[in-house]
Amino acid sequence: MNGIGKRIALLALVAGAPLEAQVTFDRVLHAEREPHNWLSYSGTVSNQRFSLLDQIDTSTVSKLDLQWVWQARSLEKFEATALVVDGVLYTVQAPNDVVALDAATGRVFWTYHHENAPEGRACCGRVNRGLAILGDTLFMGTIDAHLLAIDAKSGKLLWDTVVADAKQNFSITMSPNVLKDKVIVGTAGGDMGIRGYIAAFDAKTGKEVWRFYTIPAPGEPGNDTWSGESWRTGGAAVWNAAAYDPETNLAFWGTGNPAPDWDGSTRLGDNLYSNCVVALDVDTGELKWYYQFTPHDELDYDSTQVPVLADVEWRGATRKAMLWANRNGIMYVLDRVTGEFLYGKPYVKHNWFGGFDAKGRVQRLPGMDVTKEPKLFQPHVHGAINWAPTSFSPRTGLYYVSHWENSGIVAMEGLFPQPVGINRRQTGMGQVNLEPFFNNYDEAYGVIRAYDPVTLDPRWEYRMADITWAGVLSTAGDLVFGGGREGYFLALDARTGELKWRESLGGQINSAPMSYAIDGRQYITIAAGSSLFAFALAEEQ
Amino acid sequence: MAAVFAVVAPAGAQHATAFDLEDGKRVYDLSCANCHGPDGNLIVGIDFGRGVYRREFSNDQLADVIVAGLPNTPMPPNPGMSHEQALRIVEYLRSMSAGRLTAADGDASRGRALFEGKGECLDCHRVKGVGSRVGPDLTAIGQLRRAGDIERSLLEPEAEVQPENRFYKVTPKNGEPVTGRLLNRDTFTVQLLDLDERLRSFRIADLRDQGFDDTPMPSARRKLSSQEIADIVSYLSSLRGGVAP
Repeated sequence: MNGIGKRIALLALVAGAPLEAQVTFDRVLHAEREPHNWLSYSGTVSNQRFSLLDQIDTSTVSKLDLQWVWQARSLEKFEATALVVDGVLYTVQAPNDVVALDAATGRVFWTYHHENAPEGRACCGRVNRGLAILGDTLFMGTIDAHLLAIDAKSGKLLWDTVVADAKQNFSITMSPNVLKDKVIVGTAGGDMGIRGYIAAFDAKTGKEVWRFYTIPAPGEPGNDTWSGESWRTGGAAVWNAAAYDPETNLAFWGTGNPAPDWDGSTRLGDNLYSNCVVALDVDTGELKWYYQFTPHDELDYDSTQVPVLADVEWRGATRKAMLWANRNGIMYVLDRVTGEFLYGKPYVKHNWFGGFDAKGRVQRLPGMDVTKEPKLFQPHVHGAINWAPTSFSPRTGLYYVSHWENSGIVAMEGLFPQPVGINRRQTGMGQVNLEPFFNNYDEAYGVIRAYDPVTLDPRWEYRMADITWAGVLSTAGDLVFGGGREGYFLALDARTGELKWRESLGGQINSAPMSYAIDGRQYITIAAGSSLFAFALAEEQ
Repeated sequence: MAAVFAVVAPAGAQHATAFDLEDGKRVYDLSCANCHGPDGNLIVGIDFGRGVYRREFSNDQLADVIVAGLPNTPMPPNPGMSHEQALRIVEYLRSMSAGRLTAADGDASRGRALFEGKGECLDCHRVKGVGSRVGPDLTAIGQLRRAGDIERSLLEPEAEVQPENRFYKVTPKNGEPVTGRLLNRDTFTVQLLDLDERLRSFRIADLRDQGFDDTPMPSARRKLSSQEIADIVSYLSSLRGGVAP
């Protein structure tokens, strides 16, 4: 038996869950027991986006071959990560059509169409990042701020709960989290003056169980960090998936920027809990701890990245940590039990960071506030990263981050900055199709880097000409998959960063890869342009 | 949203970089144009585009006026602005009038003859289907750029080059260097329109060297008088689109 054959046999043993079984929360919680499936946004509740499948490895990846393509009938950015449950792949055709496919062939079983209310809109594209599943029910948040439950077998609507009022600029773009018997989502719209919140719903009925406002009301701790009435419209949206730690029963969400984005004069104070990670008790929604990455943000440094939970060696002891490559250009290691700041340092070029105080509060260099006088900021309002998922490999012990280097001039002109400089085209929001790209080499570029999670020093980097909005996946085959706006799907050696394989997909990659297996055959998917692509090793003739 | 700052070659105004001018223009448009107008000529007796002020100012004096205002006139103070920032506005104001002659001083028909003849502009540029594709097509340049901007591009062509008009040079491992207008670039490939108007694509793995090249556009000062430049500016300003007859 050759090496591939051995791995297929191993996979067959691992694939122990019965076909067609309901997806219990125990299966979601222990998804590592069935690596042929992908049961939540990041594969596991720790958000490591690490696949235990190893059929595709550094020695076989050169034989990767396209298996199927599914073309979405949408010109919105394709940001969703698919779920795979026992051979059925579920994804979202933006903005809010749920599609069930045969994961081996890409052929469609059914499509559910949600007609968004005309007032439903989002700041930055009518996008959706994916689904959650519990039992036989899929869950999706919508642009008009509904939460839908859809039967996974028939594609029929089971219930439809209005989470928030779309007329008040609320929307939902994140994949929900299924935690225990609840489905939990956050509200987007932070740039448009909402007061953000996270809400938990009974997965069976859609009835709201608890709600946590990311901006405290008067009389609650933290409200005094907002001047005047600014707390009412202060943003702090939630639009990316949470991580969950079953040992503490805490779930962790990143929160978005305060609003208005660049004019901090109307919202004096730290603006809690904008740009934070909040740790909530899943049963009650009670806030257990928080950490603020950017107090009184004036540069749209959303902290809506996906939290990654990993245990790391820290000063001679194993710490239950949380790794966080933040949009503000700083990488953090927090204790996920207590919220204690352990360590942080810049991971891109920067010019505003003035270190941390004794309590781990980030310091801004004097004069690096946004004024009417234009200033150069590194990183710029696009930040070092946006929402793209990062990855941690327990095999290599490295933290993989797909991000970019950039800088730009910012001045306060009401809600939005006026671009300055002749390269204004180069870091726009992602578009579906490839378009000519002109920037110079040194001002802005995308890069995938592997970081030591203790020192936060980069071990290697793979640099791209254009920037990247794509997330990364690491695998037990010691590969890191990623891509960027150039439309190349890449496989890198997880230990060295060496390019092992690439394919041009003809459209921008604005999503993150995932992996699954059917009958012992490992697949890797990635969305590019308007299409979803599935790759596997070429079958021997 | 997109805003990334690039340092570029020094621009026309003395000691000012392209960024200084861009920044000065930006703040001018934001803070000054409401009263003075985008071309700086809405207040009687003042025409920044022609270098007309109510009296002579040094750059520092003008910057002081911008910061402190002029008492008993509508010119307000700008207390939040630094002297350095005000100087960048001044540099922009100076650049507006750097050519002195403007479209209004030129003759468009003479300009067309110069453009197609002595100026040899069609060797690189194209107007209504006539001329080369290597440089920017100027068929609608009068709609896209103001006369002062066109004049500046003629006098200081390297000062600001739009990203889609930059030149790039590649040197294959087994071949002669190729220069052309950069059409696209990614991690693995480069696409150019070479000087013979051929669409060329190169794999970076096959290249010995690559990088941005200086613009091949010479300054009009080399072969044209101020009047001839004004004539060409007038002609280019008259180009508002259309197709070949």
